[in-house]
Amino acid sequence: MNTRTTARPSCPDTVPLPGPLAVPAGRRPVKSTVEPYLLIAPFFLVFALVGVFPLLYSGFVSLYDWDLLDGPTRFVGLGNYAALLSDAQFGRALANTLSILAMTTVPQVVIAVLLAALLDTRLRAPTAWRVGVLLPCAMGVAAVGVVFANLFGPTFGFVNAVLQHLGLTPVDWQSNRFASHLAIATMVNWRWTGYNALIVLAALQAIPRELHEAATVDGAGPVRRFTAITLPLLRPTLVFVVVTSTIGGLQLFTEPKLLDPLPGTNGGATHQFQTANLYLYQSAFDNQSLGYASAIACTLTLLVALVAVANHVLTRHLAGPTR
Amino acid sequence: MRLLSRKTLFHKVFSKAFPVVSALALLAASAACGTGEAAGRVELSISTFTEFGYEDLLAEYESTHPGVRVRHERTGQGGPYHQRLFTRLGAGSGAADVVAVEEGYLADALARSDLFQDLAEIGPPDVRPDRWLDWKYAAGRDKAGRVVGYGTDVGPLAMCYRRDLFEAAGLPGDPERVAPLFATWESYFATGDAFVARAGRAWFDSDSQIFNAMHNQLPSGYLTTGDALAIESDPAIRRNWDLVTAAGGRGQSARLTAFSADWNAGFAAGAFATKTCPSWMLGVIKAQAGPANAGRWAVADAFPGGGGNWGGSYLAVPKQSAHPREAAALAAWLTAPEQQIRAFAKTGNFPSQRAALTAPELLGTTDPYFGGAHTGALFAGRAQKVGEPQYKGPGDGRIQENVIAPALRAVEEGASPDEGWRQAVEGAKKITR
Repeated sequence: MNTRTTARPSCPDTVPLPGPLAVPAGRRPVKSTVEPYLLIAPFFLVFALVGVFPLLYSGFVSLYDWDLLDGPTRFVGLGNYAALLSDAQFGRALANTLSILAMTTVPQVVIAVLLAALLDTRLRAPTAWRVGVLLPCAMGVAAVGVVFANLFGPTFGFVNAVLQHLGLTPVDWQSNRFASHLAIATMVNWRWTGYNALIVLAALQAIPRELHEAATVDGAGPVRRFTAITLPLLRPTLVFVVVTSTIGGLQLFTEPKLLDPLPGTNGGATHQFQTANLYLYQSAFDNQSLGYASAIACTLTLLVALVAVANHVLTRHLAGPTR
Repeated sequence: MRLLSRKTLFHKVFSKAFPVVSALALLAASAACGTGEAAGRVELSISTFTEFGYEDLLAEYESTHPGVRVRHERTGQGGPYHQRLFTRLGAGSGAADVVAVEEGYLADALARSDLFQDLAEIGPPDVRPDRWLDWKYAAGRDKAGRVVGYGTDVGPLAMCYRRDLFEAAGLPGDPERVAPLFATWESYFATGDAFVARAGRAWFDSDSQIFNAMHNQLPSGYLTTGDALAIESDPAIRRNWDLVTAAGGRGQSARLTAFSADWNAGFAAGAFATKTCPSWMLGVIKAQAGPANAGRWAVADAFPGGGGNWGGSYLAVPKQSAHPREAAALAAWLTAPEQQIRAFAKTGNFPSQRAALTAPELLGTTDPYFGGAHTGALFAGRAQKVGEPQYKGPGDGRIQENVIAPALRAVEEGASPDEGWRQAVEGAKKITR
């Protein structure tokens, strides 16, 4: 046991830096301060072109009455944002987004931790199991959508057939607002829970075994060890999982689009499962109002940024003492 | 790319502030445009969606036109295809030299006909209007009479019905004797009431399928010829709305949204007894109802309220094409009767050319699945019965697909016809703004 502990790399600063990173004698040090920047420059150039530029350009477009085909017709300042605030459909879309978000993030984290704990036990062919939980994530989302749209068909769907077989009343998975959110959340959870479980598993395996052994010696049972050791040490990872699934949830598009039997991005006959991103798309391409769509995009970006800030604060607050 | 094509204030500011970005964009633009120019060769591109049956034809065109190479961009679904097409038209670059435009999206193209070449002007002189059915040719022209697209195929409407269910409900089963029942919308809905009472099954698949067919028989669509929103001012639209939603309320609608998984299953389950049936719908019915239902479906040479058309496309040449004349020549060749009859043989897309409609290989087509009906001759006759094309203003197709269909669906899901109507009016206003 002792040999294993000492074999772990401890403090990196005691390890001497290998050759390439050290400045060779005789070279002017100024060159080595330029080179790294040159090496990472391509990334930032591409990022500026496909990341920063569209972001700024959207902000610019959002200040105009901007038609998809006619281009900018009128400068309206913050008019699109003002209209957005009093747009009941946008309110409904945001409420739908948050509702689906709650139905995806919470179960995902809970099930991911439980799955990770299971994967961390002694299993035959552990790699096969780990690949197994990741498989749904590797499937094309369009294929998943088609399969689930068939499962959740209101009249001839498989889920309703099972419900009726069990003597229960069938559910209209499209017209019922809550049921439609549940169907979409199921699709999302099915795809992403395994992925999150693997991230949690990695964090689980990074927890030093001797902590558990010491606790066992002190008489702690498995439940006590889980709540007193595992969960606190998992916190930073859990915050990460929550934040990434929140950002993904705020951008939800494909799953609700594919659940809808109607063409377009209406999100159901009465927008009952239209997410903010679907409304953005509908504004841009069905209503051909790029200015309004850009205002929605910028508002969504702001929301995501707020979540990121909340993440930063949370991480420092929660993970601070353990680091 | 949009940055270069649009002379906006932002363009000026941006290009001054960030010359590097502009230079990169220029590089990208020149790289994209500079293909296939060397040694008198012309490379044309054509973009289509679903199946046009053009693969062999394009290969033949290349072999008979040395120096011309044709790149075919195919997209699976019509919706995403047209979205991308209009985005590229708006951006000023990226569209193919020859683009297919489906009838439902034609209104948007005609409203911005300045983005397309006038084919009467640049097309081959031997291409005359009488190549096509009158209504097909007329629908491809803008208000000023410029020819935006050459017609490819059409979707003339007949009525398909479940012969076995009709007979079980005491209705006639023979297509000749069924046809009078489909003479008018009144007789159609009245027969529907009788059928629902006796069979306990729905009469049609969904409200919006019937409403679209009725609506398309009006002289103008959701916009007036002055491009004002007509949904509130034209009482005929509201009258159709009331007729359809009332029939749906009496149990005539199976409430299955067209092309959904449930709708597909509805064919196999026999959930409804009639289907508005453009020529291409025969293939859909065969695929969804399956071999188990062979011989149960029939097609009547009739359509309530006269006739109609659903579907069919045009080939257009965007102004942004670098080789407009060569592109127009390709479009003219592809839409000639000889080529379209071959496309029909391959895909079943019904040709819009007069000469093709009298071709023996078309007139001789029968379909054993539909009781051996002479489908070729039947639909060729239906194509002649299509009336004057309806005037469709900008946004018409989008109103039908993204506003009317969801609002009718809302009524099927329990909203009152009045609530649904309010949703329709509000949504239409968002699109026309």
